[in-house]
Amino acid sequence: MSKVNAMLQGTLDWVDARFPLTANWKAHLAEYYAPKNFNFWYFFGSLAMLVLAIQVITGIFLTMHYKPDAALNASGVPVAFASVEYIMRDVPWGWLIRYMHSTGASAFFVVVYLHMFRGLLYGSYRKPRELIWLFGIGIFLCLMGEAFFGYLLPWGQMSFWGAQVIVNLFSAIPLIGNDLSIWLRGDYVVGDATLNRFFAFHVIAMPLVLIGLVGAHIIALHEVGSNNPDGVEIKKKKDANGIPLDGIPFHPYYSVKDIVGVVVFLFVFSIIVFFMPEGGGYFLEYNNFFPADPLVTPPHIAPVWYFTPYYSLLRAVTYPLFGIDAKFWGVVAMGAGTLIFAFLPWLDRSPVKSIRYRGPLTKWLLGIWVVGFFILGFLGTKDPAYKFFGFIPGAPIAQLLSVYYFLFFLTMPVWSSLDRCKPEPDRVTMK
Amino acid sequence: MKKFLTAILFAPVLAFAAGPTLHLDSAPDRSSDMAALQNGAKVFVNYCLNCHSASYMRYNRLRDIGLTDAQIKDNLMFTAEKVGEPMKIAMQRAEAKAWFGAAPPDLTIIARARASEFGSGADWLYTYLRTFYRDESRPTGWNNVVFENVGMPHVLWELQGEQVMGADHKLTLARPGKMKPQEYDAMVGDLVGFLKYMGEPVGELRKKLGVVVLIFLAILFVFAYALKREYWKDIH
Repeated sequence: MSKVNAMLQGTLDWVDARFPLTANWKAHLAEYYAPKNFNFWYFFGSLAMLVLAIQVITGIFLTMHYKPDAALNASGVPVAFASVEYIMRDVPWGWLIRYMHSTGASAFFVVVYLHMFRGLLYGSYRKPRELIWLFGIGIFLCLMGEAFFGYLLPWGQMSFWGAQVIVNLFSAIPLIGNDLSIWLRGDYVVGDATLNRFFAFHVIAMPLVLIGLVGAHIIALHEVGSNNPDGVEIKKKKDANGIPLDGIPFHPYYSVKDIVGVVVFLFVFSIIVFFMPEGGGYFLEYNNFFPADPLVTPPHIAPVWYFTPYYSLLRAVTYPLFGIDAKFWGVVAMGAGTLIFAFLPWLDRSPVKSIRYRGPLTKWLLGIWVVGFFILGFLGTKDPAYKFFGFIPGAPIAQLLSVYYFLFFLTMPVWSSLDRCKPEPDRVTMK
Repeated sequence: MKKFLTAILFAPVLAFAAGPTLHLDSAPDRSSDMAALQNGAKVFVNYCLNCHSASYMRYNRLRDIGLTDAQIKDNLMFTAEKVGEPMKIAMQRAEAKAWFGAAPPDLTIIARARASEFGSGADWLYTYLRTFYRDESRPTGWNNVVFENVGMPHVLWELQGEQVMGADHKLTLARPGKMKPQEYDAMVGDLVGFLKYMGEPVGELRKKLGVVVLIFLAILFVFAYALKREYWKDIH
């Protein structure tokens, strides 16, 4: 036994002399000290990594059978659409791989939204974690691009018309808009050229950037250390060996804890994959089971649920400004709605980080914002003429909530410094 | 804090409300009735598969619903040569378009595509196939309640008979067909059951497998949680 041990140690020494394996293992896992008081909200970072892995692996297998070709086959069905059904029927376990990938797209947004909300709750974006947050926003934007490009690939009615609507938005930009949208599509309408370039973006360009950003996000995190539900820095109180008093090694403590989170996540994920893969029409839209037909416009074109809050922001702008079309300002509102998160580290002026020690003002304003985000998302799936309970018109409510959406951020420097905060504790608490 | 978060999470529930509705009759469940599915397959190849293809569906996949290759070849294959071929049709799309105004769609996944907030795709098809009525203003002489100004004539009219639309927007059977209304409904139920099966042949296996996966994960949870408890018992 000791001979085997000596041999393994020898191999490890050999590697360590050439590659910092042990040093990295220690720096990122065995001697990376994380606060001991992580709660429920701290599962979603590792879960986002899990979903990324699921998407990459299932995606690789899907590309082996998927064909990005908009031409019609002998039965009059686009080759791309037929290749997806081929995966669902003729490829062994293809249906499972495809459902995991389609459910994974929605799951990715669920965990990322919850991960971002955790940041909002506990002020995780505040100094010295501004760059972690900015890399995270980069990941979020990349993910939206990845989802948008990927959604065209099944070449169903919603794929086609969704892409048509979104690319057309760029034509609202003054002067260059029309040329820009043609350049993006590679054609005057969404067609084979569009499908092929979206495939290229979806399977290589975006994932490459995404994985790079995830690496940067984690390197930055491990440089400054994790925030925690109390929002106090554990590095301020260290023992004689320089180890934070409230820190515990990520491995094994959080690795075993995250396994529990992974199992619970996979349970919920499997319920959707095996029992409701269409997600009630929200994860796989029903209309997308019709092949793309440029001659038939669906009566109602709705983006997939994770884009709908921003789609509501887009539709909320109905007035032309400075002689430019309302559509252009809608696009600006949608873009600003996603980018505004990036400014949080500098908008928040509160003396404390965590919601636990912030006053009623923050709790109410954030609470209303979250409810508003849900309602905007709900209205984004509906027709603009939608009425709550059949008589309360949705459109003005979406406009009101859109204004609130932005005011929440823009007035944050004022209200965050005014709020009656409680004193932060010196050390983390285990509640 | 906890109450506050709970309030946030449940607020969107208030947002449910109704819009315009389409009434659909609910289709009978035939998913585990092999005889009914086989009858549905027979109706499908006899009445639908002349104009509509099911081009993602291979004949030999019908083994799923309890048929042997020989039975499939002898009873269900009229134009195809090999049992592994997909259910294609001889009609040219351009001709079909000239005859009907639109080429009849492929029906392999129609039961999934026709789902909506008003009901499942099976419900839509079950209602659609039972609500054709005489309308002389249409080129085919037929119209439909759930698919207004439909291009397809009522292919099953000999079986159902002829319905007419009354002034009260209710359908009445003006001339009976070969089948009694209950028989016709049962047959359409079989056909729709088959279309639903064909939309996702793996559907039943998927649910069975799902139960096994969930049981496995539930057991894994017990061990994962015990492991976590063991490691964390000294952390206070």
